[in-house]
Amino acid sequence: MSDLINTTIIIATVASGIRLATPFLLASLGESIGQRSGVLNLGVDGVMLLGAFAAYYTVLKTGNLFLGIMIGLILGALIGLFYAFITVNLQAQQGVSGIGIYLFGLGMSDLLFQKLVGTPRPIMPFRILHIPLLSDIPIIGEMFFDHSLIVYVAFLLVPLLSLIINRTTYGMNIRAIGENPEAADSLGVSVGGIRYSALIIGNMLAGLAGAALAIELGIFQHNLTNAMGFIAIALVYFGAWRPLGVMAGSLVFGVVAAIVLQCKTLGLIPRSASDLAAMAPAIITILALVVVANRFRQPTALTKPYVRGG
Amino acid sequence: MMEESGSVPVLEMRGITKHFPGVVANDNVSFNLLKGEVHALLGENGAGKSTLMKILFGFYPPDAGQVFLNGHAVNLTSPAHAIANGICMIHQHFMLVPTLTVAENVALGLRSSRHPLTDLAAVTKRIQQLSDTFGLQVDPLAYVWQLAVGERQRVEIIKALYRDASILILDEPTAVLTPKEVDDLFQILRQMAEAGRSLIFISHKLHEVMALSDRITVLRNGCVTGEANPCDTSRAKLAQMMVGREVKLAPDKPHTQICEPRLEVKDLVVEGDRKTDAVCGLSFQICGGEVLGVAGVSGNGQRELAEAICGLRKPKTGQIKIDGQSVPSGNAKAAREAGLSYVPEERMRDGAIADFNIFENFILLNHGQKRFCRMGFLRFTPIHQHSRTLIDEYTVKTPNLETPAKNLSGGNIQKLILARELSSDPKVLIAAQPTRGVDIGAAEYIHERLSHQRTNGTATLVISEDLDEVLALSDRIAVMFEGRIMGIVNREEASRERIGLMMAGVDPDSPPADYCPSPE
Ligand SMILES: Nc1ncnc2c1ncn2[C@@H]1O[C@H](COP(=O)(O)OP(=O)(O)O)[C@@H](O)[C@H]1O
Ligand SMILES: [Mg+2]
Repeated sequence: MSDLINTTIIIATVASGIRLATPFLLASLGESIGQRSGVLNLGVDGVMLLGAFAAYYTVLKTGNLFLGIMIGLILGALIGLFYAFITVNLQAQQGVSGIGIYLFGLGMSDLLFQKLVGTPRPIMPFRILHIPLLSDIPIIGEMFFDHSLIVYVAFLLVPLLSLIINRTTYGMNIRAIGENPEAADSLGVSVGGIRYSALIIGNMLAGLAGAALAIELGIFQHNLTNAMGFIAIALVYFGAWRPLGVMAGSLVFGVVAAIVLQCKTLGLIPRSASDLAAMAPAIITILALVVVANRFRQPTALTKPYVRGG
Repeated sequence: MMEESGSVPVLEMRGITKHFPGVVANDNVSFNLLKGEVHALLGENGAGKSTLMKILFGFYPPDAGQVFLNGHAVNLTSPAHAIANGICMIHQHFMLVPTLTVAENVALGLRSSRHPLTDLAAVTKRIQQLSDTFGLQVDPLAYVWQLAVGERQRVEIIKALYRDASILILDEPTAVLTPKEVDDLFQILRQMAEAGRSLIFISHKLHEVMALSDRITVLRNGCVTGEANPCDTSRAKLAQMMVGREVKLAPDKPHTQICEPRLEVKDLVVEGDRKTDAVCGLSFQICGGEVLGVAGVSGNGQRELAEAICGLRKPKTGQIKIDGQSVPSGNAKAAREAGLSYVPEERMRDGAIADFNIFENFILLNHGQKRFCRMGFLRFTPIHQHSRTLIDEYTVKTPNLETPAKNLSGGNIQKLILARELSSDPKVLIAAQPTRGVDIGAAEYIHERLSHQRTNGTATLVISEDLDEVLALSDRIAVMFEGRIMGIVNREEASRERIGLMMAGVDPDSPPADYCPSPE
């Protein structure tokens, strides 16, 4: 009997870990694409907040989840376009302009929420999508194939992005301009063009991450993401800028967070220590970062604007 | 114009002018290139050679002038555009992505046959064909970061061949090669020219230009100062066109007598940045009034050696003595106090502070001395006086003392550093690449200064990639290869060929490579 309970708990924990990992995964996949092209975006959290609010508000008004997701994506694309203009054309300092994007997203999403919604009203969350056959497999099925569509999308993006980065000319161009943009330019690769596209795609994923979070929770509030975007940036380093690595990092983070939550509900962690325990994922991520991140070098051109002949 | 038998030049640049803030890099330059010829562009550093070629390659637009290809006016607005017109350029600094493979580097920017996927298998095959045809050995699957400099250069050439360039620009391609690699390169370039390609070969080395080219155009201060045929000109004539006055091609070297060793280095092992041993057990000594030249392709432990002697990098083991006194390792201050001066390789990074002005850079070492500082406050009058004296003595060209160092030209920065380092009349001087990227006039002056210091009894270690410089300055020459000294030869016994072989790690009359030579 107690075995059964344990198994149930483990299944539930893993499943919720995967669910919790999803927004991190989307955001850090997006960030890793931008960084691979040589542009750091510290504003991920701000983009997520805006994406979250836009999706929340759309769903609140229309009840259409798909539309909400699309609006989150479009918003991300617009911010990506703007950020690319700042960093590529105006050659702004990437560190500080990213912080600017974050603060803008934080403030703007809250302002819009106060003005347009006021008191929090829940929206309809995602429906669970049982994958036929696969979700019937005992244990595995419940862990991996009993999620909402967005979870599958996020995890399917991992092999897709791996393929794009490693096997396509577009991906090769991204890798080249993140490492030595001058060399790419001298061969006729458009450094600015590729960076624009990488930032637009990257920020779309950040917007999507926010939208997924808001719809998953069915709610929006001030600072909904609670610095998730910054952890997503850390996960990019953890994952050594590779989609698979980023996925591993997100999963570690998500599962640890799920375990902490589970322990709290089971009363294994005293109430007084629960705030401390909430730090566990962050601490584990930092430790893992220290161990893993030093082994890999960041893209050489990261944070450096490219000027021809400069 | 030089139109032979009415043939239209494949390339003609007419009246090209290009200004940068404060300089005219190209002033009404005209240049043409015939099919199948190697046309050398000769000039000192800063003469405007690279600028002219970057204009041709679409990197910059010219302020005035016109480019013609096969007689038709064209406006090349980007490298992509130039490549589409059959122009390829091998830049002074390699344009390779170290984290990509050779094949990926070659494929970069080309349309793939399996678009949007890459077609590296096909690229690899074609690279192999080209490398067989032209005798260019490279492994298409190797990552560029794994390659030695000579191999990287071959990748650059393959990139151009792959794009089927009809005009190939080579901007100082020999700067980083060993003499043997230079010979190989020249053979390939001749082969390419015979196959009907036209080559522009940029250099500031006279003997290379004489050896390789069909025609020579000389640039000075952005202007064409002459065109010559290697058959009916001489190195001296070319040097005069380059510099605008007569130059001594090698400074005189008065002989000094041998005395006590001033610098002794024993069993030095130094770790490089990659955590592997960059210097593996070196021992040598230098007497007062002696210059030991260290030849070798850079990256064979020279930088680490210099930094270890200067206390900037802690050696794993080994001993360094100045005038018989052991110097504590990894302590730059102690080394300085023992009488050592250092002219570093990266002059803008390690030798001067770019944003500091001239006089601040002059007192970097001794601003704490009583004559420059009272109760923690700088005394500007003596500091300015001191700086003015040094500027006059070393003919540093600067608008005024407040000019930031970064606004000086390479040659003047180097003079500034040299003035600072020699003003203490050091016992030991370490000079790394003392004239790299410096114009001939300044280089000549720096060489004179080093020789002067030698007669003053300083023990000098000159590290240089420029074999001519090593041969000109040194009493003895040590050749470094992979962290070891392949051998130390007296100047009289040193020939370019012998040193060149040693630079490539071969020494016919020395024991196998794992042997660490004892001093002398
Ligand atoms: N991007 C640039 N900005 C400003 N000045 C430049 C730039 N490139 C070259 N110069 C200046 O133009 C002159 C010619 O330089 P360059 O063409 O590189 O000479 P060379 O290749 O013959 O050594 C130099 O005085 C150099 O300082
Ligand atoms: Mg040049």
